[in-house]
Amino acid sequence: MALQSLDIKRRSATTTPSPSQRQTQEVLKLIDVSKCIGCKACQVACMEWNDTRDAIGANHGVYDNPMDLTENSWTVMRYAELELEQGKLEWLIRKDGCMHCAEPGCLKACPAPGAVVQYSNGIVDFHEENCIGCGYCITGCPFNIPRLSKKDSKVYKCTLCSDRVAAGLEPACVKTCPTGAIVFGSKEDMIRHAEERVVDLKSRGFANAGIYNPQGVGGTHVIYVLQHADRPEVYCGLPRNPSIGPMVELWKGAAKPLASLGLAMVVAGAAFHYVTKGPNEVSAEIEKEFEDEK
Amino acid sequence: MKNDPNKILRYTPFERANHWLAAISFILLALSGLAFFHPAFYPLTQLFGGGVWTRILHPFIGVLMCLSFGVMFFNYRKLNVMTPADREWLSHVREMVDGDDRHMPEAGKFNGGQKLLFWLLVASMALLVLSGIVIWRSYFAFLFPAAVIRLASVVHAVAATVMIALIIFHIYAAIWTKESIDAMLYGHVRRAWAKQHHTAWFRQMMGGDK
Repeated sequence: MALQSLDIKRRSATTTPSPSQRQTQEVLKLIDVSKCIGCKACQVACMEWNDTRDAIGANHGVYDNPMDLTENSWTVMRYAELELEQGKLEWLIRKDGCMHCAEPGCLKACPAPGAVVQYSNGIVDFHEENCIGCGYCITGCPFNIPRLSKKDSKVYKCTLCSDRVAAGLEPACVKTCPTGAIVFGSKEDMIRHAEERVVDLKSRGFANAGIYNPQGVGGTHVIYVLQHADRPEVYCGLPRNPSIGPMVELWKGAAKPLASLGLAMVVAGAAFHYVTKGPNEVSAEIEKEFEDEK
Repeated sequence: MKNDPNKILRYTPFERANHWLAAISFILLALSGLAFFHPAFYPLTQLFGGGVWTRILHPFIGVLMCLSFGVMFFNYRKLNVMTPADREWLSHVREMVDGDDRHMPEAGKFNGGQKLLFWLLVASMALLVLSGIVIWRSYFAFLFPAAVIRLASVVHAVAATVMIALIIFHIYAAIWTKESIDAMLYGHVRRAWAKQHHTAWFRQMMGGDK
């Protein structure tokens, strides 16, 4: 779902510059977990705006519904009931979805030119008509976000409403959030706002409150304010130090030029061997021995 | 004359057909696999009907190659057991590459280099099949955790690179050693060729004389 085309910072499986004449402001979506009441209005707004509908599932005895992200549910609320301190129950509700990494693992892993794009405003978007359905983006994602559709074998995820943002609107989830837990704006403004929120939470007794903006992926364009930033994993498994990881770096980094060069050298080596050493033929003596067979 | 009684049968029609089945599927696999490996090779997807078709076909061609390679493995595994003479052959490989085979130990049906190639190909193929199953997104990838899929992706890329290099070497060796392609095309080789390149095998085929 890409509308912008003049402000592409990076494009999957592309080795030359992408259309980048237009520069846009870096944007950021801030999710303040401490303000979230778990109403799922954002889930509904996401489906409304993007016009996707998930199958009606079953009740699993918990609030999570659907239980996981799907090709139709690009954002889900994850509910954790925890007693981090004896006798003090906490209900930690995290809106899960694409983090729009500055260094996107999906884009790095994707072999199809232009199936994953990153705009200069920081949004990482899938361009499904270029998608070949290999699932490498799922392998590359440190947050386990993209979902492969059984219907069309294409991957889908949150677009950060790139279509709305391109027209100067905020994402649908932000528009609908009744408590102001999700806010959207320039990266600068949002970081400042997040810092203010952390100060406020600390004054209310959350000594470990902080911002989740993981630097292992170069920072993200969706950040969280967490009451317990020292323990991100208690928020339904938010990774502590997400990164693209050594395996994906090797696979989509050094291996590509080294292997290509190596194979070219094998071919060149063979050709040079032939022209310098000549063919390996039956010797004259042995030929003479078997003259009858000619 | 292809059926010249003076010639020696080296590969049966079944062995030849199976070899070329493996060869064709390998070439298709290498071309389609490289397309996903580096953007410079992505245009190769056009040979298979585009990116999506290439993604669909690659693993099925892999199954075909796995089967025909598996047949070759069972056919040739005993013939490729390394002997002290083969190790001796390999220690003289530098002379062979230089084009001087006068001091090379006598080779059986396969020489030490061919045997080493065989086992390296078997190892690469095994790694490719195992890792290929893990990263086959449509049917199997969902059975494995992300860390395993990431490892398998690297293993698949590395094993494929090694195998492509080995096969380039294999093809070159066949071009370099004149008339050896005839053996795989028509099945028979001249006695002079056999004595030159596979002396011990030649003796065995001649019933021990010469």
